[in-house]
Amino acid sequence: MSKQKWENTLGRTLTLICAAILLITAISITYFIGSKGLATFFKNDVSIGEFLTGTQWNPDGEPGKFGAFPFIFGSFVVTFLAVAIAAPLSIGAAIYMTEIKPRFGKKVLKPVIELLVGIPSVVYGFIGLSVLVPFIRNTFDDTMGFSILAGGIVLSVMIIPTITSLAADALEAVPQDLRNASLALGATRWQTIWRVVLRTALPGILTAMVLGMSRAFGEALAVQMVIGNTTALPTSILDPTNTLTSGITANMGNTIAGTVANNALWSMSLLLLIMSFVFILLIRLIGKKKVM
Amino acid sequence: MNNNIIECSDVSIYYGPTQAIRNVDITFPKSSVTAFIGPSGCGKSTFLRSLNRMNDLIPNTRVTGEILLDKEDIYSDAIKVDQLRKKVGMVFQKPNPFYKSIYDNIAFAPKYYGKKKKELDEIVESSLRKAALWDEVKDRLHKSAYALSGGQQQRLCIARAIALKPDILLLDEPTASLDPLSTQKIENLVVELKQEYTIIIVTHNLHQAARISDSTAFFYMGNLIEHTETKKMFTKPSQKKTEDYITGRFG
Repeated sequence: MSKQKWENTLGRTLTLICAAILLITAISITYFIGSKGLATFFKNDVSIGEFLTGTQWNPDGEPGKFGAFPFIFGSFVVTFLAVAIAAPLSIGAAIYMTEIKPRFGKKVLKPVIELLVGIPSVVYGFIGLSVLVPFIRNTFDDTMGFSILAGGIVLSVMIIPTITSLAADALEAVPQDLRNASLALGATRWQTIWRVVLRTALPGILTAMVLGMSRAFGEALAVQMVIGNTTALPTSILDPTNTLTSGITANMGNTIAGTVANNALWSMSLLLLIMSFVFILLIRLIGKKKVM
Repeated sequence: MNNNIIECSDVSIYYGPTQAIRNVDITFPKSSVTAFIGPSGCGKSTFLRSLNRMNDLIPNTRVTGEILLDKEDIYSDAIKVDQLRKKVGMVFQKPNPFYKSIYDNIAFAPKYYGKKKKELDEIVESSLRKAALWDEVKDRLHKSAYALSGGQQQRLCIARAIALKPDILLLDEPTASLDPLSTQKIENLVVELKQEYTIIIVTHNLHQAARISDSTAFFYMGNLIEHTETKKMFTKPSQKKTEDYITGRFG
């Protein structure tokens, strides 16, 4: 075999092995979580309905209660709160750094935002615990400070960089031609940004928001530190609650593999996995839909 | 009586330290078509863009001299740029419809000048008719503008520009990216539109200038070499440079 041919074959084989390892990993993780997570329902005979809608969580009880709804509800509420806080700020910042002051944006804002991405989540949680929780406790009556609000704010800070930089990319990708067309029609800069640039970049901005959402949904550590970890259903955003991720991290040390309590945590993991599939699907759908 | 809608005197344009246009004096009579010709980089597009202040968008651009639109200096502080651009419409080299429906592309600008739905319907129809596009698109007004062919998109851009009822239309090589048939349609349109608008068109195509313009201006290295009646320009130019260019000796 000639040297070139041999190099070709080697290159193809090596890359194929890498791709195969990735694929096998993904499939086996999915299979593992799936089999463990479904065991709760098919081996331990917990009803799926109870798991998804029940509000009582006491796996060690006699009989055990497996209502994971407070966790599911907590995850969604905290995530939506985080995106509701982060999205307007991020989109505003992205507009500023691409449309208003591109130079300042590239030189100062972008590096600062990248810095925020690099901070580990335990540090965010620690700051939340030391600053935010006492602040909420002292500002509002009848609250310990550990709350949905604290979790939402900490998460929003964590996803602002993601949403901002992706939204900025989407805005930058809007052809200059369209801005010129709008300005040449006598539109002001603001009208141009609002009615042309933002509209054209909308799919990209939505994708950025969904990615931020999926990060918020999956974040465990920082949330667990500030959310309070109670299993009661919250009645206000100042109440403590729990999320799927913090429920898993808080409880996994106390359960023994193979028990129903352990399997129930796997069911929660399975739910997280399904949600991340949903987020990916959502991003695909947004990507496919053209603005017009 | 003075019939000139734009009067430029001693206009120079600088990009930073580079002078792109040198002391140009030129006037444009109402309801006429003026063509700008000249080799690439001669400054004709730069000069065109100074007439609706699109050059403002390029950092470090400086304009000296005087450009009067209806006797008003368009670079004076009293002028609002968006109002000026409403009066001086522009169509670009590459068709650039918005990612919206055909209808919304045309209604885009009138909408923020406060026109109501019924008026908008009329504006959309009349603009499309004037741009000779109505018959081709009347059944799909709410479909994407990007479903149209390149030539149709460019006529849509013209319709979009005239929806604001401007006094002047600036066309920056509007047929450069179009096929011959679409080009011909746009040329016919220009001749049609000059009844109502004063048209200034930059073109690389000398035949196009000869076919559709009343007067032609020849730019070379930032200077306006000659500006005269098109017929005269292409038969008996007064400048040697012009003759060299239009006979293809350089360019």
